[in-house]
Amino acid sequence: MLEPFLEFWSLSDPNVVWVLSGAVLLGSSTGVIGSFLFFRKHSLIGDALAHAALPGVMSAFILFQSRDPLVILGGAVVSSFIGFFFIDYMNKHTKIKEDSALAIVLSLFFAIGIFELTYIQKLDIAAKSGLDKILFGQAAALVRADVIVLGIAGLLSLAIVVLFYDKLRLITLDRQFARAIGMNVLFYDLLLTFAVVLSVVIGLQIFGVVLMAAALLFPVAAGRYWSDSLPWILALCGIIGATSGAVSANISYLAPQMPTGPWMVIILSLIFLLSLCFAPHRGVISRYLKNRRRNQRINDENLLRSFYVIGERRNDFVRAIAPEQILSVRNMSGWILHESIRRMQRKRMIEHDNFHYRLTTKGLREAEKITRYHRLWELYLTRQANVAPNMVHDSAEDVEHLLTPELEQRISQELGNPQNDPHGRTIPNHQLVAGEQSR
Amino acid sequence: MTHELWIFLIASLMATSCALVGSLMVLRRMAMIGDALSHTVLLGLVLAFMLTGERSLTVMFVGATVVGLVTVFLTDLLNRMGKLQKDACIGIVFTFLFALAIILISAYTGEIDIDQEHLLYGEIAFAPFDTFEWQGQDVGPRAFWSLLFVTVANLLFIVIGYRHLQTVAFNASLATALGMSVNLIHYALTTMVSLTTVASFEAVGAILVVAMLVIPANTAYLFCRSIQGMLIWSVIFAIAASISGYYLAVWADASISAAIAMMSGFIFILILITVGPESVIQKIKFRFGLNRMNLS
Repeated sequence: MLEPFLEFWSLSDPNVVWVLSGAVLLGSSTGVIGSFLFFRKHSLIGDALAHAALPGVMSAFILFQSRDPLVILGGAVVSSFIGFFFIDYMNKHTKIKEDSALAIVLSLFFAIGIFELTYIQKLDIAAKSGLDKILFGQAAALVRADVIVLGIAGLLSLAIVVLFYDKLRLITLDRQFARAIGMNVLFYDLLLTFAVVLSVVIGLQIFGVVLMAAALLFPVAAGRYWSDSLPWILALCGIIGATSGAVSANISYLAPQMPTGPWMVIILSLIFLLSLCFAPHRGVISRYLKNRRRNQRINDENLLRSFYVIGERRNDFVRAIAPEQILSVRNMSGWILHESIRRMQRKRMIEHDNFHYRLTTKGLREAEKITRYHRLWELYLTRQANVAPNMVHDSAEDVEHLLTPELEQRISQELGNPQNDPHGRTIPNHQLVAGEQSR
Repeated sequence: MTHELWIFLIASLMATSCALVGSLMVLRRMAMIGDALSHTVLLGLVLAFMLTGERSLTVMFVGATVVGLVTVFLTDLLNRMGKLQKDACIGIVFTFLFALAIILISAYTGEIDIDQEHLLYGEIAFAPFDTFEWQGQDVGPRAFWSLLFVTVANLLFIVIGYRHLQTVAFNASLATALGMSVNLIHYALTTMVSLTTVASFEAVGAILVVAMLVIPANTAYLFCRSIQGMLIWSVIFAIAASISGYYLAVWADASISAAIAMMSGFIFILILITVGPESVIQKIKFRFGLNRMNLS
């Protein structure tokens, strides 16, 4: 197993070089083009266009009886375009729904292609063998002539993206605006469609008709998690696509009887899963952690405020409080309370005293701040928004965790530095208290 | 003659069951989910076969249904957790599961009795030879019995759930307001599609299933104004496609299932051109009529 692997990557076999470079080029161009489809929310149109290419390939073969890459490519482009216009016609001029239009073209064209394929297989033509490899892709079947033609087509579709990047980005992300500034949207739509058709058609060789959708979709779906900027995503898509192309060429070389398309999908799925889980900011794990941190902060702040409220009622912030008492003023699960107390102890906001707890000076200051936010907001709502005093508590429960010192100051100023909240309780003023304590 | 008769019977049953459940899917905007399911049930077949080592109908139905539900569930999960567009999720899930199935098949060739061409376009011509024995008696092709079962199940499903299906199909938010569980109906419909697909699969392959689920239903959708009309007309179109497709295939000596799908497509295009207010003929007439009025 290892030896052929090394032999492949030593690139001593000239055929390997051709196959590898072809696969890398095709992979990166489909990855880049696919991202435009994704952002236009037409992710599955690539699937339909790939299926729609099949009858073109077969018809070209029947007509010219040759497997010349140019003939095959031409046929595929033509029939893929017909498929595209059929979908477009149904969307614009009939009540057929969008997803149905895709499914109709996909299955009808594929059926025509298969019909022709089974017809060809019974004919007596020498070149017909291997024509069915287009269904699931076979990278190893690429020869030099194929790679040159496909490579030029791939470069062409990449060149379209590079040359018209600004325009294509605009019609992809904001069509209304593009139309409003008088851009020729129809022309650029067709240009983009041409690039899509071209890269779908050339991708068929290594990815296969059936799984072509994956080659278009996976790179952008994975790249999307890593960045918010289109140029970066496009670059990532190119790299991911190229990687999958290289790996599938490798597999096809090691196990010639295996179709390459499915393996490429498995590689892409791995890349996608890794991105989905581990990407910073947008990845599932990172989002989960961020959520948890936010919930923890909210719990901690609620805990501190409960301490403050109890202390305020007793008019004594020094006597330690039993955890059960906290539960009597705030609806909190025992486990969350326990965790929250431990975190606050670690931050030296709460101190332990014989299974009871009290706020430290630092904790008291923080608790006053939160309580101040809460009560200021309650007052703000009753005064400025005319909300009844008994309705303001729930909103304040949320807003107390969001306010910043700057906002607090502005609200306080607007209310004329008030002393009491709408329920008649004092609004703590931490600067004042802190000043008193230091004195 | 009996051979031909069996093929007609199998094709018509397949067409009927697909058209019935397909009409509901088209109305629910689930056409591409149908496409996804028709690919992923293959994984169900392969896994069921690998686990049990047999090809009985029960095992096949269970495997396909489980994988069908898993497909829809994973799509929803990815949509919610991964924050990706719905159709992108469909594409990701179905290509992954289908690729897995193909790799399993090519890794265990010989052990699994399905080859790649067979699963894509089936071979209905051989279906009558694969007969089913019950109590030692030869009672006809397996495909016939499984399709008969699914057709009856689909009919029962529609008759029993008719009001719910109708409400959910046309106005999902009204259905929710009336206390119907849209999710339950969604998953029930998914189950029916999985069953239909797997029963059709062996005889006609994955692609024809999509064609028969979507095309006759949409042909009827072009001009029908009620759900009953759509159900009836889609079945008529589907059966017409099966019979004309068979003769086309015999004439050209090509795949019967592909020919049937093709014929259903041609019927669709024919209706698109000729029937209804949105038809091409009406559009042309309207345009010229309008022009003449402008001139005068």
